[in-house]
Amino acid sequence: MSTELAMKTEQLSRVYKAKKRKARGGEREIIALDRVDLEIPTGELFGLLGPNGAGKTTLIKILTTLLAPTGGRAWVAGVDVAQNPREVRRHINMVSGGESSGYGLLTVEENLWMFTQFYGIDGETARRRIRELLEIVGLADRAKTKIFHLSTGMRQKMNFVRGFLTNPEILFLDEPTLGLDVQTSHTLRGFIKDWVGKRADKTVLLTTHYMYEAEELCDRVAIIHDGHILACDTPGNLKKHLQRGVVFRLRVTAIANPERLFQHLRGVQRFSHVEVNGYTELDFILEDENALPPILTAIQDSHGELISLEKRDPTLEDVFISMVGRGLGEGGGSAGTTEGAPR
Amino acid sequence: MSSPTRWEIFWRTVMGRAYPRVVGMQRERSWLFFDTVLPLLQVSAFVFIYRAIQAPPEFTGFVVLGGAMTAYWLNVLWSMASQFYWEKETGNLELYIIAPTSLMAILLGMAIGGMVATTVRALAVITLGLLIFRVEVSIVNVPQLLGVFLLTLLALYGLGMLFSSLFLLYGRQAQHLSNLLQEPVFLVSGFYFPVRALGFIAALGASVIPITLGLDAMRQLLFPTMMAQFRFVDVRIELGALAVLSIGFLWLAKRALSYMEDLSRREGRLTIRGQ
Repeated sequence: MSTELAMKTEQLSRVYKAKKRKARGGEREIIALDRVDLEIPTGELFGLLGPNGAGKTTLIKILTTLLAPTGGRAWVAGVDVAQNPREVRRHINMVSGGESSGYGLLTVEENLWMFTQFYGIDGETARRRIRELLEIVGLADRAKTKIFHLSTGMRQKMNFVRGFLTNPEILFLDEPTLGLDVQTSHTLRGFIKDWVGKRADKTVLLTTHYMYEAEELCDRVAIIHDGHILACDTPGNLKKHLQRGVVFRLRVTAIANPERLFQHLRGVQRFSHVEVNGYTELDFILEDENALPPILTAIQDSHGELISLEKRDPTLEDVFISMVGRGLGEGGGSAGTTEGAPR
Repeated sequence: MSSPTRWEIFWRTVMGRAYPRVVGMQRERSWLFFDTVLPLLQVSAFVFIYRAIQAPPEFTGFVVLGGAMTAYWLNVLWSMASQFYWEKETGNLELYIIAPTSLMAILLGMAIGGMVATTVRALAVITLGLLIFRVEVSIVNVPQLLGVFLLTLLALYGLGMLFSSLFLLYGRQAQHLSNLLQEPVFLVSGFYFPVRALGFIAALGASVIPITLGLDAMRQLLFPTMMAQFRFVDVRIELGALAVLSIGFLWLAKRALSYMEDLSRREGRLTIRGQ
């Protein structure tokens, strides 16, 4: 593997064996990753987008040596993750969203110090870095607070500091801003961007549920679904795939069964819908604008009332919907697809 | 800055992981009640039984010593054997694994921290027990007593590390196993009576739990007259056996840890929570 690459996978696969119910006995196989090929150069902030169960966490677990692949190979910092996991660990660190690591009776700085010891960092260096990083994320005034007194946001800031403290060459961020408020997420995104931007030898692999986060942060993004990489490119290039189509967002009074209404309309490449405050928000990717009038007629026929209509540029979310068939938004929404839609 | 050596990482990890156990004890003062008063109540029950049947006063000493040593057994079961289950649930385990350290160093840190914290508790129980029940001891050989005590702890925590390694793969079952082991060992190791009372063969079988030999040897060294008729085997044999158990359990723990970690990675059970 070229040393220019921070990570590489070749036909990487992972199959889980799950026991069948008693009546049938035996085992069934669940393919979490299916022959994934990826190359991530050093210095890149790489995003991995996919719905729940797409294989993102499985991929991260393999690359961080927590899980063995069942097929193919993977290298991190030029080291085979299956053959030499211990060596891989010298180069990496990881921060996950909703992490509750550490010990509640210890203070923020004590917990952070403890984790630095697992990397063999001497006390003085550890304390200096802890001070600096707590200052950067705005947690310096909580250094002496026991962590069971911290709010979710503060705790996640501490987790961030833990991940960066060891100054890893490669950092895995698994939905790091999950459940955080806008301000905290903003602070942490700025921190990530700054960290990679200022250091050419650092690489970040980020998974996120938030499209704007991937769009704002990532140099390149891979869309993963059912264990396959569907596309891998810069956010800009991915959006260009949709330039031929037009994207509309319609807000209407609540309508029943949107799938049945729009699925077979001509010119509708993809649509998704979500219920927001009693309204139905519909996102369409259309072949051209001529496909819009039949949609409006269908809404009228189902006694829906148009509240707003917006034509917009394609976003990464639209790219995602066009490839996966549904959005990443949690809960509430679903999506439909017309025959022959791009996959 | 040069990269730390493997040994540097190992020993820093041991200290790092021991720290929360030692500091935690000072910050959670409730142990003074739960880990001192409650064991003393249990000890009292046995003391009053022995007094009621007019057993020799040394039996009170046997019980107090056994009561103090229960702290170690409980610590080994609940804070060593099933500890990785809790670490898995909180997400600490995956951070331990992705660090360039060894899980053996983590276990050793847990063991040392546990030993230090539990020794404070055990000392509190034994001091209060000796004072309240006015137990008289006549120490025969202080270096031997210290040697037995330290080797008992080494072998016992070696066993704890072995359990912890074996339980790495398991989730909640680890807790059930700990539950299963708790009371029977109180019985077969002779926490409240000389183990010889079970018969030589049963005591020999129970000797796989280091505390069996440790308790017997310590009783011999603290209450020599009475133990002359109740001793299991000679203290020197017990010392040798404890040394063998210490080395054996530590070696087995290392092998088991490596095997179970590999198996868990292959089966994908290393970080699954809520099992």
